[in-house]
Amino acid sequence: MEEQEKLARFQERIDSGQKIEPKDWMPERYRKQLTRMISQHAHSEIVGMLPEGNWITRAPSLRRKVALLAKVQDEAGHGLYLYSAVETLGVTREDVINEYLEGRAKYSSIFNYPTLTWADIGAIGWLVDGAAIINQTMLARGSYGPYSRAMVRICKEESFHNRQGYEIIYTLAQGTPEQKQMAQDALNRWWQPAIQMVGPPDDNSPNSAETMRWQIKVESNDVIRQRFIDRTVPQAHAAGLTIPDDQLKFNEETGHWETGPIDWDEFWRVVKGNGPCNRQRIQDRINAEREGQWVLDAAAAYAKKQGKKQLTLTE
Amino acid sequence: MSHVKEGAHGILWEVFIQSKPGIPHKHAGNVHAHDAEQALTNARDVYTRRMEGVSIWVIPANLVTASAGEDSDAFFDPAEDKVYRHPTFYTVPEGVKYL
Amino acid sequence: MTSKEALYHYVLKMGDSSLIMGHRLSEWTAHGPVLEHDIALTNIALDYIGQARMLLTYAGELEGKGRSEDDLAYWRDAAQYRNSLLCELPNGDFGQTVVKMFLFDAFQVELHEALSQSPDEQLKAIAIKSLKESKYHLRYSRDWVLRLGDGTEESKIRIANGLEAVWMYFGDLFAPSEGESVLVSDGIVPETASLRKRVEETLRKTFEEATMAVPDFDAVMQEGSQRGIHTEYLSYILSEMQSVTRMHPGATW
Repeated sequence: MEEQEKLARFQERIDSGQKIEPKDWMPERYRKQLTRMISQHAHSEIVGMLPEGNWITRAPSLRRKVALLAKVQDEAGHGLYLYSAVETLGVTREDVINEYLEGRAKYSSIFNYPTLTWADIGAIGWLVDGAAIINQTMLARGSYGPYSRAMVRICKEESFHNRQGYEIIYTLAQGTPEQKQMAQDALNRWWQPAIQMVGPPDDNSPNSAETMRWQIKVESNDVIRQRFIDRTVPQAHAAGLTIPDDQLKFNEETGHWETGPIDWDEFWRVVKGNGPCNRQRIQDRINAEREGQWVLDAAAAYAKKQGKKQLTLTE
Repeated sequence: MSHVKEGAHGILWEVFIQSKPGIPHKHAGNVHAHDAEQALTNARDVYTRRMEGVSIWVIPANLVTASAGEDSDAFFDPAEDKVYRHPTFYTVPEGVKYL
Repeated sequence: MTSKEALYHYVLKMGDSSLIMGHRLSEWTAHGPVLEHDIALTNIALDYIGQARMLLTYAGELEGKGRSEDDLAYWRDAAQYRNSLLCELPNGDFGQTVVKMFLFDAFQVELHEALSQSPDEQLKAIAIKSLKESKYHLRYSRDWVLRLGDGTEESKIRIANGLEAVWMYFGDLFAPSEGESVLVSDGIVPETASLRKRVEETLRKTFEEATMAVPDFDAVMQEGSQRGIHTEYLSYILSEMQSVTRMHPGATW
């Protein structure tokens, strides 16, 4: 079959809502875009463990401690599902991990902000996971089978993350004046990064047209962002908190909340590596990989010595 | 130099979980491990955190042979006109039971 | 001392040990050697802290002063903690963490096995639930002792160093809690020291299989946890763990 014909047939499959599976023919660009998106997503889950992990040892009650541990552990699991999904595209996990450790691949910029108080753990669960869930529910409808299946599983597991975050914030907001201040302060710091996190506006999103044509993404960044804002503003009000945006208003006609200008300069500055914690986060992950190397070497050596049959089969 | 060596995380395994006794194992996902025992415990920790399973199979991913998706017409359509494999193909006289 | 008071001290030793083990292990979360093990270590940390919650809640009931799990976890100082010294030692590298877990898990399996027969219904129920977890923990840590002990030259040295660093705290696991003799004569718990032979057996077999040197079981051991004399590490753990809670007395989280 000619390349053009294959491409047309591929587009037909996509348009008719069929899922593409790993061994199917796919255009190189499709493979590239997916590899990029899924790896970024996987890295985000892994780097995302760091800011939250920062408060595990200081969680203020044992109930909060186990919930946070379980949540951060879920993110490791989600990173793992996603690395498996990206491996179906013909790259290895080690390769894609090296890409972000060496600064050649991106991950969600929001994890380059510091978690400064306990309330930040609430803010991450509420805002960051809130935005992520909307995005991921959309991605679960995407055209690539392994990615979409990983998303379904992840969305199912993440529904508790969002709630535990809101519960933390809500509890603080109803607590002592100091606690309420802590919650408001966290919202003040996380609001802008949160509304930026689903990505730049549609007219400035370099990959959007292509990924939407192939239904890797089925809705645009602007649509997702607006949905997040519409859901989150009333939740803030219910907790008695103020969204840090004096131009925020409800548009009766459209039924949407409208925000003041979003600081895209800030967004690009952090994406390009100059957020408060970019270097620290990457260094932490490099250390973990480096520190783990001897353990993995030992596991490999031991398996070999034991003459485990799987290894002989794969060598 | 790369931070992570190629193959450092072990080989890729396919994981199958049986969610209740008596029903078939179903594909759940993958883990990396250097040997089968590790693959099993990894799968237990990754895929049964919410009591999803009572039994786990693991198999090195490179041992799986798969049919190709775009050939699926040739592979599976021939079964489409073999309706005689299904019980509804046969008529049973009114009033006759247990067939 | 009444049986109830003695049981309070006994359960406190168990609960504090699980809590501090879980706390230390949770320091690995997000920093584990590879994703799969990050998840595994966190699972075990969750089990330990889950056990701690049941035990501290029960301790609070036995004490009868209305203290909750959180009151006990967050509002006691190091001198009031009764966890075994082993639990509070730093993680060190993965080898040290694993060998520390292995000593603890080998002990826990014997303890939970014995307490599964206890006439104290609540202790028995906790022990039965915990036993399933401890057996899995032991399988995990034992497997890693084998892999590291019989892995590469480097891993062999690292795990031997890890064992060396924690060994003198092994004996303290068996230190009787305050008033334990009362519970032993009432037949509620076994004498903790009586578990030692079986634990040592597990250790000996595993270290031999791992081609490691078996440590000297008669070595001089540190003790003191049951009198509230801890290592320097514990107060640091607690200052971190309790910092948020203690800044806001009376607050709900």
